[in-house]
Amino acid sequence: MSAPALTRRVIASAPVVALVGALGLTTLVMLVVGVDPTLAYPALVRGAVLDGNLEYTIAAFVPTLGMALAFALPLRAGEFNLGGDGQLAMGGVTAAALALLVPLPPGVAVVLPLAAGAVAGGLVAVVAAPLSTRLGIPAIVSTLLISAPAVSLASYLVRFPLAEPNTGIAQTPPLPEAAHLPALGGSGYLTIGLPLIAVLTALWLYADGRTVLGYEIRATGQNREFARYGGVKVDRVAALALAGGGAFAGLAGALIVLGPPHRFVDGALTAPGYTFTAVAAVLLASARPVVVPLTVALLTFLQVGGQGMEREAGVPSQLTQIVQGLIIVIVAVLATLRARRPR
Amino acid sequence: MNIFEWSFLAGVLTATAPVLLAALGGLLCQVAGVFNIALEGQLLWGAFVAVVVSDLTGSAWTGVVGAVAATVLFSALLSGPSVALRADPIVVAVGLNLLALGLTAFLMRQIFGSGGTYSSPDLAGLPDLGELGVDVPVLRDQSPLVPVALLLVVVMAAWLTRTRSGLRLRAVGQHLDAAQAVGLRVSGYRHGVTLVAGALCGLAGAQLSLGNVTLFSEGMSAGRGWIAVVAVMLSGVRPYRLLLACLLFGVAEAFGFRLQGAGLPQQAADAAPYVITLAALVLAAVARRRRRSYEHA
Repeated sequence: MSAPALTRRVIASAPVVALVGALGLTTLVMLVVGVDPTLAYPALVRGAVLDGNLEYTIAAFVPTLGMALAFALPLRAGEFNLGGDGQLAMGGVTAAALALLVPLPPGVAVVLPLAAGAVAGGLVAVVAAPLSTRLGIPAIVSTLLISAPAVSLASYLVRFPLAEPNTGIAQTPPLPEAAHLPALGGSGYLTIGLPLIAVLTALWLYADGRTVLGYEIRATGQNREFARYGGVKVDRVAALALAGGGAFAGLAGALIVLGPPHRFVDGALTAPGYTFTAVAAVLLASARPVVVPLTVALLTFLQVGGQGMEREAGVPSQLTQIVQGLIIVIVAVLATLRARRPR
Repeated sequence: MNIFEWSFLAGVLTATAPVLLAALGGLLCQVAGVFNIALEGQLLWGAFVAVVVSDLTGSAWTGVVGAVAATVLFSALLSGPSVALRADPIVVAVGLNLLALGLTAFLMRQIFGSGGTYSSPDLAGLPDLGELGVDVPVLRDQSPLVPVALLLVVVMAAWLTRTRSGLRLRAVGQHLDAAQAVGLRVSGYRHGVTLVAGALCGLAGAQLSLGNVTLFSEGMSAGRGWIAVVAVMLSGVRPYRLLLACLLFGVAEAFGFRLQGAGLPQQAADAAPYVITLAALVLAAVARRRRRSYEHA
């Protein structure tokens, strides 16, 4: 393909059109409510990358990418995992409990809580699999229904059995030094979480495209009956995909808790909205896994920049949620328009 | 029966009403073969607009009308892409739920100057039936929208089984080709039910923010729209069963309040409606499966 043709294809691609459309509509919202876009957007960029904020953006990128995998992996098998918040919170609280209650040698003290968090997240998610494959309850409903009590349970554990005594704040005591994620360089916020999630993403991309299991997951997602006919154990594949997704969410929770400020603060995992930022990013990537890290980076940039916009230009940061919602709707519309266009 | 139990029943009815109104909209969509999971966002949007309009005009009923109108408009964002353009209704709905969450939180800060929870003496809530002269113990402290919701169950049941348009709507949902063959405008029916569901979610939102309480707080729909989706799944698209499913949720929520009063942590009360709804969904699905394998045997 020649360079201009490639450029044209990138510009007309669904993610680019959706993003431009969503930003256009958001600018419209700004103008309607009387916000000056020429002040708001530079504040957004500064909030995301300048004045030492790039560190926060990268720190937020790690859990968002984890949550993107948590949504994308089951989606490849045709199951909607909207229960990310519950899996995230249970992963985080499991990791915190293990780090606080069990004295572990250095090294193991990091690895074991991370693994336990992933297992906990996977267990929360996998419950939805038999409900979907055996009882016909859509995962989009069951994961969401399971998520709310899971968040409540984590919140209860943090407020009562695991609470820091005599402070009245809903948080655990600081985790022991050995359980802190090793920092990268001299930075306070960058930890080995970043390379870890990068490696796991690469593994997922490889598995999705080049392994039998990845093929079976995709076949299950595209046409379950045909996959079954072809000898794929579709129920087991769907369960694996949901468990894998939940494990990524649980790991993301564990990474947040073992990173600074090295404790589980109630609400700190679910309040930043990692789950739905990730959902928007995955849908924006329109089923092309390789693009997922890019769209996650982009939406994390908007999310963190949104907070800078709030500080500097007084524009509520919820504007970024509006952008995400619009992106999802536009992507859905573009997908159907493309499918109908003659080739 | 003593006052304690009357107040519990009244609490059940109060908790049921917004979910029931939204679920009636979801049921109507289900009848026509539209899987509407944007109820949560529409409920939240309706609750927000009801409070804004009531606050501006000082009239709760204007707030209700505003909420219905604005939520019908919002539901056009679902019916347009998903019915006319045939975009994936699930993905569109996920986007709209997120949009409603962001839009209400954003506009709340723009209009009221701060986030979190807004309440004010200027904000007119819906009157109690007791003030309007209804002296029945369970209904005394309810808003007029509560009996309206119950009445709509009866109306919808009768409409779906006894009228020409109701039967046609069911034909659209049950057998698309047959409905088209007899000349029904399928997409017209589907647009219609999606917009009517929007109106019902607007009522549900107004009942939540001006009836159950008189305030707006961010994300105050708190999963009720999803519970309504489950109620529709439990109902087998029959309005009276839908009422039972919604009452089950109402009992769970009212019971959760009592548990909290009895010293159990708030988290248990928060989780109770979800756990009970999910349990009901699983039991119903298991029962259906049993019945089916029995018939096949």
